[in-house]
Amino acid sequence: MLSRLFNFNGGVKPAYNKEQSTGLPIAVPPAPTFLIIPLHQSIGGQPRPIVQTGDKVLKGQRIGEADGNVSSAVHASTSGTVIAVEMRRMPHSSGLSALCVVIEPDGRDEWIARQAFDYRSASPNAIRDYLRDMGVVGLGGAVFPSHLKINPGKRGKLDTLVINGAECEPFITCDDLLMRERPETIVRGIAIMRDMLSAGRVLIGVEDNKPIAIAAMQAAVQQLNETTIKVVAVPTRYPAGGAKQLIRVLTGIEVPHGQRSTDYGVQCFNVGTAYAIYEAIALGQPLISRIVTVAGNVRTARNYEVLFGTPMRDLVALCGPGADTDRLIMGGPMMGVGMPGDEVPIVKATNCVLVGSPTLFPPPPPEMPCIRCGECAKACPTDLQPFEMYWFSRAKIFGKAQEYHLFDCIECGCCAFVCPSRIPLVDYYRFAKSEIWAREKDKEAADQARQRHEFRQQREEREKAEKAAKLAAKTAAGREKAAAALADAAKPATTPEDEAKKAMIAAAMEKAKAQKAEAKNTENLTPEQQAEITAIEARRAEIREQAKPHLPHDD
Amino acid sequence: MLNNSPYFRKPSSVRSVMLRVLLALLPGIAAYVWFFGAAVLVQIAIASVAALAAEAAMLHLRGKPLLQFLGDGSALVTAWLIALTFPPIVPWWLTVSAVLAAIVVAKHIYGGLGQNPFNPAMVAFAMMIVAYPSLMSQWPAVGFTDFAPQWNAIFGQRQLDAITMATPLDALRTALHTADARATVSGVLGNHATFGNIGGKGWEWIAASYFLGGVYLIQQRIITWHMPTAFIATLLLISSGFWIYDAERFASPAFQVFTGGAMLAAFFIVTDPVSGCTTPRGKLLFAAGIGLLTWVIRTFGAYPDGIAFAVLLMNIGAPLIDMYTQPPVFGHKPNTPKP
Repeated sequence: MLSRLFNFNGGVKPAYNKEQSTGLPIAVPPAPTFLIIPLHQSIGGQPRPIVQTGDKVLKGQRIGEADGNVSSAVHASTSGTVIAVEMRRMPHSSGLSALCVVIEPDGRDEWIARQAFDYRSASPNAIRDYLRDMGVVGLGGAVFPSHLKINPGKRGKLDTLVINGAECEPFITCDDLLMRERPETIVRGIAIMRDMLSAGRVLIGVEDNKPIAIAAMQAAVQQLNETTIKVVAVPTRYPAGGAKQLIRVLTGIEVPHGQRSTDYGVQCFNVGTAYAIYEAIALGQPLISRIVTVAGNVRTARNYEVLFGTPMRDLVALCGPGADTDRLIMGGPMMGVGMPGDEVPIVKATNCVLVGSPTLFPPPPPEMPCIRCGECAKACPTDLQPFEMYWFSRAKIFGKAQEYHLFDCIECGCCAFVCPSRIPLVDYYRFAKSEIWAREKDKEAADQARQRHEFRQQREEREKAEKAAKLAAKTAAGREKAAAALADAAKPATTPEDEAKKAMIAAAMEKAKAQKAEAKNTENLTPEQQAEITAIEARRAEIREQAKPHLPHDD
Repeated sequence: MLNNSPYFRKPSSVRSVMLRVLLALLPGIAAYVWFFGAAVLVQIAIASVAALAAEAAMLHLRGKPLLQFLGDGSALVTAWLIALTFPPIVPWWLTVSAVLAAIVVAKHIYGGLGQNPFNPAMVAFAMMIVAYPSLMSQWPAVGFTDFAPQWNAIFGQRQLDAITMATPLDALRTALHTADARATVSGVLGNHATFGNIGGKGWEWIAASYFLGGVYLIQQRIITWHMPTAFIATLLLISSGFWIYDAERFASPAFQVFTGGAMLAAFFIVTDPVSGCTTPRGKLLFAAGIGLLTWVIRTFGAYPDGIAFAVLLMNIGAPLIDMYTQPPVFGHKPNTPKP
């Protein structure tokens, strides 16, 4: 049966470059000499280390405990000895360091005791705690903790569970190969998620440039006799694999920015996440590895099942990188991030290591002025007017940029991809967003400082009055005065002057509150948005540096 | 510093956009030369040289990289549009002055490529028609393509009586406005040998050739259908209404669309992205406004063609129209189901 498909506006059709890495099956790389496992691998709080240098750990043993509910545990990817718990450089373009557990494998690859989890008789909260402690996060690239999404929302059930196998980014084929080789496990995982979310139907969206994966998934669905699960081929157009775009294509629903998709009866997971959920629930295996595509400037592009913590260079070395390799990119060419070095580890977010060279990704030609041709608006999958946001971001008129829905931008890169003036548009939006967040933070800090200052002033006045009272009490002549001063001390700031000052402060605070209420984009944040902001906050300093060369100089 | 994502881009540039616009003008130019002589090519050459020189000088003064900007082709597009909207036998200094007005004043003083609020070619046209109204209304007679007198008219002694003739639009306006009250549209344009069948002898073929170029631009996704359609449709609609009301005092809709600069404007002038609207609904409103104003100025105004003033007037309103016609963004559309 055919489902009706919907359309999203915009999008682009870049050269897909997927065939290079689909020729060979998924391989397992040789055991690494050491593993660098960052504790912070998901959106949300940084897990606390629960091992120390010298500890022996088993494969799958928890080494980082989730910090609160918006966080996810981290596990040892193999058995061995913890040789350090220290700051190491993260696989992030900022080059910032974060706490990592460094493990020297013992070569035995010895598992912890594994046990299936009976999710049918467990309470929803117990299931969520279990998934959090198994470290399951979204493997599509956003690494949002999955246990928070295994929640049917206020409706209590879902209409549609959308499974994302679109994989629209060029070069990346990890989901494709996973669907080709392990479709049954994925479908079993999907069935578990469907049950937990009480979803009426499941639609697995796969771009129609992956016919083998579609056929394999359909066969698995049939074989497992899953009647509510359907595999749907969606037209190949970047970014069809964006969660909101895929939900739109499959269901016709547009989930607005900042709203929960469950409020619309939809939830979306990546195929890799479904696989991880099956392993966690049915096999009792925490998330310790994932499929990673190595492609680009390499002799043999291929997919590997990689243990988290494996240094990128070890993985890349297996594929024979070209001599002119000038960078490693984590992710695809449209949204990937440049790596600060090749020693950084593979983490849960690493769907692809793209090996770059000046020939493969030549530096962009010099930027020209915007001629308002509107190509970017035609290409935008969120129906924004990118050139307007560009003008306002560049001029640092951030309020206007927000009016033009800056925060609805998903940074997919379509606008910069088509721009005939070769303007790095997305860099301007990242810059504007980080500036806006920084200003909000500064304002908050200023508010707090003012409150502290007022409190201190009050205290000082009270103390002064008390001192005066004491002094007055000592002198017999000042006894009456002392009584008056004490009365003052009980109610500080009662002079007309003080009253006026207080009124002014109150008025200013009212005003500040009102202004804060107006800035609706960052008000009333859901935990996931807050988490997103925290994550992007970390990139801020670096983004500002990178945005600088494109901004008009003051000279 | 290595760039950020996206790491690869579509091979597209301002230069390639501009060059394709020039390419799209070629059929129209060919028809123009066929009916009005090689003077058209001389004007294009004069305007191009002047535009490149002015552009280079301004870029130098503004401290911009010469090679990067001179090669973008935008100055040539302005130059060609000036050459194609002016009478082909205007003296050379008039073309040069017009180009200087466009490049120096309308473009660079406002901030250069991408910053000009007004269409530079139309600024030049408006300035020149106000400053030199008679020179700007002397068109060579259709089919009189002798090169020597045209060359003389441009560079030397102007002996124009032999080679000029009023354009159909001008003839109509003069007859209906200033001549005796008995003048009628059919009385003026009825002579098919002089004024052709639809938009005036020669003019209709030139218009058809510009239309071809315009279709190419739409096919190349350099312009969208919105502006040409709204402009032509408005011009047709308004002129139809008045033509049906009184065919002897108001020219036919077909004449309006196929004469003068209407077709060139529809695809090459109204569609200037820098000075026009950018939202889909804004484009429709913007171009419809130009169509309406063009008809009003042609019918009631004192100038032979109204397009330049219509474009400039709508340029003023473009930012406001854009502001009020922002398309709804993803998830904020009126038909989005509410939770």
